[in-house]
Amino acid sequence: MKALMNIKWKHYINYVVVGAFTIYLAYMAFAGDMPRSQTTLYTDIGVTIILAVSLSMVVGFLGELSLGHAGFMCVGAYVGGKLAATFTEMFTDLNEYIIFVIALTVGGLAAMLCGFIIGLPALRLRGDYLAIVTLAFGEIVRIIFLNSGGVFGDQSGMKTPRLDRQILPFISFILVLVTLFVTQNIIRSKHGRAITAIRDSEIAAKATGINVTKYKLMVFAIAALFAGIAGVLSSYTENKIQAATYDYNYSIEMLVIVVLGGMGSINGAIVASVLITYINNVLQTQLQGNMAVLKNLIYAIVLIVIVIYNNAPALKGFRETYNIKNLFSKIFAKKHDPSKVHDDEAKWDRVPTKIDIDEVLSVDIQTGSPYAPDKSEKEKN
Amino acid sequence: MSKVVLKTENLGISFGGLKAVQDLNLEIHEGQLYGLVGPNGAGKTTVFNMITGVYKPTTGKFWLDGENLTGKKQETINHKGIARTFQNIRLFNNMTVIRNVLVGLHNQKEFRCSMLESILRLPRHFKTEKAMRERAKEILRIVGLEEERNNLSCSLPYGKQRKLEIARALATNPKLLCLDEPAAGMNPHETEELMDIVRRISSEYKITILLIEHDMKFVSGLCDEITVLNFGTVLAQGTPDVALNDPEVIKAYIGG
Repeated sequence: MKALMNIKWKHYINYVVVGAFTIYLAYMAFAGDMPRSQTTLYTDIGVTIILAVSLSMVVGFLGELSLGHAGFMCVGAYVGGKLAATFTEMFTDLNEYIIFVIALTVGGLAAMLCGFIIGLPALRLRGDYLAIVTLAFGEIVRIIFLNSGGVFGDQSGMKTPRLDRQILPFISFILVLVTLFVTQNIIRSKHGRAITAIRDSEIAAKATGINVTKYKLMVFAIAALFAGIAGVLSSYTENKIQAATYDYNYSIEMLVIVVLGGMGSINGAIVASVLITYINNVLQTQLQGNMAVLKNLIYAIVLIVIVIYNNAPALKGFRETYNIKNLFSKIFAKKHDPSKVHDDEAKWDRVPTKIDIDEVLSVDIQTGSPYAPDKSEKEKN
Repeated sequence: MSKVVLKTENLGISFGGLKAVQDLNLEIHEGQLYGLVGPNGAGKTTVFNMITGVYKPTTGKFWLDGENLTGKKQETINHKGIARTFQNIRLFNNMTVIRNVLVGLHNQKEFRCSMLESILRLPRHFKTEKAMRERAKEILRIVGLEEERNNLSCSLPYGKQRKLEIARALATNPKLLCLDEPAAGMNPHETEELMDIVRRISSEYKITILLIEHDMKFVSGLCDEITVLNFGTVLAQGTPDVALNDPEVIKAYIGG
């Protein structure tokens, strides 16, 4: 019992939620009467979560801006899809699920190799420059597959085998669980600490003996591995792979999800994936013809709103008042009555006074103490 | 005489013709508290940057325990046993105090645990994790930050942030600890405390210490031997009393 109490439940809440949904999907697959719109939606959500969680490792935890995630996915989709197609033709008596697992492994490993190669310039480039390189990588990969001279299909796409529609959402969520397991266990270990140390201060990390090269390559490779797996999975949802699906807009969509979920928050990435995929799905059915372009506008607006909301000095008061954490603490905390506070246990920073305590004390109070004045925006940056 | 921990020979570096440091010959013995002083811009931090691998020296070599480390990478030099703190504090701001120290323990041999073991949560992961936490607490106790171990490191006051940097450097198990202006920005009381800590690290843990400091009371109260730099060249070397009273040194500080 005590062991159960000691477990930090909030660390495992995402397993519980995703696991429960996986069981629900297994049940639905067994019943076998999910409508087509739902199977597509659930599979897409699974694919998006895998992509977002793996990208959040690069962007949120390692602190490198990567815009090539769709490129890794493209590699996985084409390599895995091609392999699956050939295997289905060559070995007709081989179980389709075995072929799927082989395709998943090979597609993932191919993407991992690409991730490793892209990780190499990442050691020298920072910020925007790395974003440009990864963006270019994604486009190059897509165009190579598009013009592969028949090896990987033609302009209209490449035919791939497909699994039972009813089971695909279940498989997709099993892979989500695997992704969560691997990424969270890395983040919550000494290796995760090293990775976040690199994000916080690369110079200090080096001086503390962290092998920055090794960890950067590792994170890029692992993130690419999962992107590749998501790619293979997505290649199984349609009869055809179309290179146009994996253009840079898709990478940016992933970035929007990671930013929306909050950088460095895996649970946030999951929630944001579900949200954005759902909105996407609705928009796709609502917007027809030329209006479909408007879909991309949403990401731009979401991204701009989040960045402004998080950083604008004018919204500081608003942020503090309507912060979810503060709201919760306001609801659950006991009412604070200054008249009932005894002198020796008073928390003076919470007692309302008309004097702006910050101004009075700002001269000789050190930063960091509970009474210290807020840092100005300039200092924070 | 005890054995030499750090030895530099004609160590020098120039940036586009400007000779920031030239012909530096140091010999730091085991267990010594060695000071590096000099007016602003004398090249003290540049010396630190050279012996920790941030810059590659253009001339000369340096040895740690007889092993030539000239031009090696920062992390390699750290593994070999030189740890440092920074003049402008560089902590991992989004981590708690104890995590900062845990990052420092990352490369210790006894806490080895591969990424695969961590992913699969094999017993070794939990064992090392627990042992690392114990050790980190011990190290925090040395600098007196054990109580604050679960606070965010950026929320600590300035003086404690400096101590945490020392703790993080200590965690890498160094033979030579380089402190870059550890007492900068501290009040006299905090400086006293810090002197105590440095003395204890030196005597109890047998770690050789090289420090840069402007506070002459701090230097003369602590160091066995000092080197005075000015414009990248050595003005004087010796015990604090002798070196600080050297006419050249007085001239460099006061002018004349």
